[in-house]
Amino acid sequence: MLLTGLGAAFFYLFAFVAIASAVMVISARNPVHSVLYLILTFFNAAALFILTGAEFLGMILLVVYIGAVAVLFLFVVMMLDVDFASMKRGALDYAPIGAMVGIVLASELLIVLGAQFIGVGQPGSVASPTPDPLTRTNTAALGDIIYTDYIFFFQIAGMVLLVAMIGAIVLTLRPTRPGVKRQNMGKQVARKVEDSIDVVDVETGKGL
Amino acid sequence: MWSMLKQARGFDLMEITISHYLVVSALLLVIGIFGIFLNKKNVIVILMSVELILLAVNLNFVAFSAHLQDMVGQVFALFVLTVAAAEAAIGLAILVVFYRNRGSIAVEDVNMMKG
Repeated sequence: MLLTGLGAAFFYLFAFVAIASAVMVISARNPVHSVLYLILTFFNAAALFILTGAEFLGMILLVVYIGAVAVLFLFVVMMLDVDFASMKRGALDYAPIGAMVGIVLASELLIVLGAQFIGVGQPGSVASPTPDPLTRTNTAALGDIIYTDYIFFFQIAGMVLLVAMIGAIVLTLRPTRPGVKRQNMGKQVARKVEDSIDVVDVETGKGL
Repeated sequence: MWSMLKQARGFDLMEITISHYLVVSALLLVIGIFGIFLNKKNVIVILMSVELILLAVNLNFVAFSAHLQDMVGQVFALFVLTVAAAEAAIGLAILVVFYRNRGSIAVEDVNMMKG
């Protein structure tokens, strides 16, 4: 059934643009265009999040995904000077298998959705009920439970990010090449006054 | 003004059922999986496809969270987001190292060291 109303109109707009740009992500010839379409997809997904009331997650999606991850993709795509045209050759070899898998998967998912097989009707046991959005904002409500009930998971998420950061640095850090000037902190700290300043008596009328 | 907006939005939200969100996320998931097959040679687009799949997962979590009036779905979506960001960073780092060593990012060369 087709929905009517302002909210439904926005839902259809965001959903359609999200899916259309997701199709463009995988089919664009130029990877830079792919990344830009990915940003569009994330943008519309963030709008869908906000439409459901998950405002904080929508904003996080904007900040973290578009601001960090998508820009990281853009950096890498532009930094690597790759001949993408040759990569496209023979790209459609696996399209039939992919289409078959995709069609099977999509039809299975749609059958499940159409049958209302999942018991989504009745919330049986709600772990943390959503407070009334008029009295408690989404961000505050999320903070209420993240920092209390789910504090360990939150800490572990921080550890995951830390490990990822260290891993990325270790992977990409080059060993020192000759001729590269680097900061040597030990040398800087060990520097003494005697080594760095020469007091010279300059006679009058003569230069150094 | 803000509360009026929220009330209006809450009223409109009554019409959009969870099934609509699930259809959108199912389509996003299938597009992501198809993208892996379609761009078999291009690791960057494969990584983007993985991001699409994870986005579909997040959309599912958020939709169920809104439907069941349960905040835990959003908490879990937050953690999925964290893991996805870490995965993208590590994947791109590996990609950069691979490009430095090989001068290309063709995936079929990755099994070079396999006997």
